Amino acid sequence: MSAETGPSHATSAVGPLVLSKSRRRARFLSPGRLLLYALVIAGAVVFALPFLWMVSTSIKPENKVFAYPPEWVPTEFTLVGFREPWENLPFLVNTVLITALNLVGYLGSCSLVAFAFARMRFRGRGPLFILVLSTMMLPGQVTLIPLYRLWSELGLVNTIGPLTIPAFFAGEYTGAFTVFLLRQYMMTLPFDLDDAAAIFLFTGKWNEFLQPLIYLQTQDRFTVPLGLAQLNTRFSLQYNQTMAQTLISLVPVLLVFFLVQHRYVQGIVISGVKG
Amino acid sequence: MATVSEPAAARTLRRRGGRSQRAKEELTAYLFLSPWMIGFIVFTFGAMAFSLGVSFWETNFLNQNEYVGLENYRRLADDLLFWKALRVTVFYTALTVPFTTVVALGIALLLNQGLALSSVWRTVYYLPAVVSGVAVALIWGWVLDPTDGLVNNLLREFGVEGPRWFASENWAVPGLVLIAVWGTGTNMLLYLAGLQGIPTELKEAARIDGAGPVRAFLDVTLPLLTPTIFFNVVLNVIGSFQVFDRAYVLTGGGPNNATLTLVLYLYHRGFGEYGQFEFGYASAIAWVLFAIVLVFTLLVVRSQSRWVHYEGGLRR
Repeated sequence: MSAETGPSHATSAVGPLVLSKSRRRARFLSPGRLLLYALVIAGAVVFALPFLWMVSTSIKPENKVFAYPPEWVPTEFTLVGFREPWENLPFLVNTVLITALNLVGYLGSCSLVAFAFARMRFRGRGPLFILVLSTMMLPGQVTLIPLYRLWSELGLVNTIGPLTIPAFFAGEYTGAFTVFLLRQYMMTLPFDLDDAAAIFLFTGKWNEFLQPLIYLQTQDRFTVPLGLAQLNTRFSLQYNQTMAQTLISLVPVLLVFFLVQHRYVQGIVISGVKG
Repeated sequence: MATVSEPAAARTLRRRGGRSQRAKEELTAYLFLSPWMIGFIVFTFGAMAFSLGVSFWETNFLNQNEYVGLENYRRLADDLLFWKALRVTVFYTALTVPFTTVVALGIALLLNQGLALSSVWRTVYYLPAVVSGVAVALIWGWVLDPTDGLVNNLLREFGVEGPRWFASENWAVPGLVLIAVWGTGTNMLLYLAGLQGIPTELKEAARIDGAGPVRAFLDVTLPLLTPTIFFNVVLNVIGSFQVFDRAYVLTGGGPNNATLTLVLYLYHRGFGEYGQFEFGYASAIAWVLFAIVLVFTLLVVRSQSRWVHYEGGLRR
């Protein structure tokens, strides 16, 4: 079932009676039906407004940002806020590198582990799998300080090491969750959970904040979220700059999301586990 | 669910393969598992054991290393900031969990009505969930700007002077809750999955029995959805107790510690916000946080026999 298949089609498997009924309903818009449409559109507008507000602000000149009543489509516009990305390019490069290494590391190590759990017989398989699942429940804060100690002993603070090496050992929450998703996939469920796992890894690592905050200390090593967080203090009230930078930071994730959203959304829905 | 039933044919084949075949497979399996085993021992088990140990020390890992036993935990009991952080986090969780549940469920019900363009609506409602916590914080910092933000501008249209949000001690946490509700896309998808799993026959049967839509919802849909609600509530409780990114970026814990969440406090203590690296004390906070999350999660799990309906009377 592709993600495009709406709920009304999903019910069609039940029988022709239901199908014809939903078709008939779609053709004649009853008042109740119109109300539903009004609700779903109003809700969608509310959910989209913060994004639109960001886009609108990002192209406004300084003197229009605080205008009241606000101009949604600015009469004058400027791209001054978008000039910064060239300075911020290192953030992007760092983030791409960290995310790519995580994808390779986690998909490699977790595939092996998931394959063993899904297709091989060995003593202790049940208890070991439960161990994987319980890793998913642990709050990451408990291991924050010991791992900081470990990486600083190894001289790897302010490098991408602490943010990428655990991936090659199926480490931490992300590793456990990816093993879980891939195992379900390998147990011949006919769903694209492998794609869901890859996207889960991508968005998770791209957006990660606390870990890079702890380990990356100099500007040249920063990731996009770290650079963004810093913007908040740099342009404290220059909202057009901040919004332009935020908008740019969203582009890669939104691009990937729109390219694969069918499989991703379906993956979450099928696995029934939060990504 | 950890066990897999194999086709009978495969099992007989394996038996014929004999002992050496079996041992070989077992060896290969452990080989495949070895990266995870190393990772688990180092990054999870070892780290947890070390963390527990550190919580009995007063240490900055450099020139100060003193074994203090339970002193860090005793200090927590008298630490007003810790109690403040605990109150803030519990308040945030107590608001976030019900609000996200109601909104996510409401949207899922709407999207389950078979409206046209359903995948477009679904995408719009889900989108905030893929955006990084930092970007979300920056967008909402501007949307909720007290004087010129979107929300207060709209309220002004209706002659209402909006609250000062993140500049106000009383409204900062509700502001964070609003952001959480906006980002509830994943919950919404899970409810949608739950709703699509409800057999249409049951709803038809309720209709034939003369139940109106409200009645059918309360008597059929809602009970069958309780396992999904339960699952979401557990995840939301765990997630809400660990809220960090937004508070760090938007308020840094202020104003006057009104948004000092437990993880933010842990970070401040551990990574130098208060002038020193108190790794032992921060580890103690981490364990107390872990214990609190565990207790609240268990409370939700224990409550499920009262309200979660598993089909076929199955109780887990």
